[in-house]
Amino acid sequence: MDNNWPLWEIFVRSKNGLEHRHFGSLHAADEEMALENARDVYTRRNEGVSIWVVKSSNITASNPENNGELFEPAQDKVYRHPTFYKLPDQVKHM
Amino acid sequence: MSNEQIKNLEEIFEARIARDEKIEAKDWMPEKYRKTHIRQISQHAHSEIVGMLPEGNWISRAPSLRRKAALLAKVQDEAGHGLYLYSACETLGISREELYQQLHSGKAKYSSIFNYPTLTWADMGAIGWLVDGAAIINQVPLCNTSFGPYARAMVRVCKEESFHQRQGFEIMLKLCKGSKEQKDMAQDALNRWWWPSLMMLGPTDAESVHTEQSMKWKLKRKSNDELRQQFIDQTVPQADLLGLTIPDPDLKLNKQTGSYDFGAIDWDEFWQVVKGHGPCNKQRISARVAAWENGAWVRDAAMAHAAKKEALKIKIAI
Repeated sequence: MDNNWPLWEIFVRSKNGLEHRHFGSLHAADEEMALENARDVYTRRNEGVSIWVVKSSNITASNPENNGELFEPAQDKVYRHPTFYKLPDQVKHM
Repeated sequence: MSNEQIKNLEEIFEARIARDEKIEAKDWMPEKYRKTHIRQISQHAHSEIVGMLPEGNWISRAPSLRRKAALLAKVQDEAGHGLYLYSACETLGISREELYQQLHSGKAKYSSIFNYPTLTWADMGAIGWLVDGAAIINQVPLCNTSFGPYARAMVRVCKEESFHQRQGFEIMLKLCKGSKEQKDMAQDALNRWWWPSLMMLGPTDAESVHTEQSMKWKLKRKSNDELRQQFIDQTVPQADLLGLTIPDPDLKLNKQTGSYDFGAIDWDEFWQVVKGHGPCNKQRISARVAAWENGAWVRDAAMAHAAKKEALKIKIAI
């Protein structure tokens, strides 16, 4: 029987008002232990006020080899940026 | 992929690193880059884990509650550093089990400094001051290394490492201001840890086989000899402040370079320890293997408990 503890990804909110950010990963038998281990491994010096743990096998990641078709379509859409629109200098507060 | 295509990819890859771009785990990388990183990151992780053993010896023998709390926190940090680094290493496609296996079988190396014994309390001071001092010099440049997960782990490690060195120096300072016996103890610790600390920065540039490639990949920013000189130059004035004598009769300030000239390092001793013949190599690995094996039933029980809880959840859901 494969008794190796699965891998978990750890997300920590540093303080209220900020989003949870990926801090790293660790091994734990279940979600409860993952939370407790994350507390010990990633927040020994008040680095966080909230922790999320997600089993790594539940994450679907994009493949960098497909970055072309995935992200390039955004590159030629300059009209999504405010500087694309030319206005006379007299227009203020815009 | 044809050889031509691979060569092309390698050129693009090297150019990315030269532009200071970071490489992330899922990016294409040359096999040699992957292997070198697995070797270096795992060696680094193993050093953190084995590094807990010489200090663990003194947790229950610390002279005060303050010292005990600090040492305990330092050893806990080292466990943490080992874990950051193991998980950075695992992103390269090697399992934790395999990494442990390599450590336990002796296939993977760890820093040879941890194969020296910790004979007195002053050794806790000397280790923090010298060994962590040398480690910081080695590690700070790695915060900018090309492999993203390693660089991020190192930022975290370096932030925490400074307390380790300061608490060590404070131990030395206290001993040096104490009784004659206490000061002698501090001097004795310096005598034993000085040369191994210099060796810790790696073989001389002429003997160092990986330097050129490592520089290109930003696994190294300065050569071993440059780092060693930096360590000596910053440490000698600290020893003066403690009123201790560095055990090197050839150590002398070179007025022209502004750096300290120093005596010959016993590299035979270094290679003996690396090859497994240091004073504590066997003891360290057997302590590590025993900890892993004796903990097996706990790991199994935790998995059995997790499976039982999961089954109960499913039963309730049905």
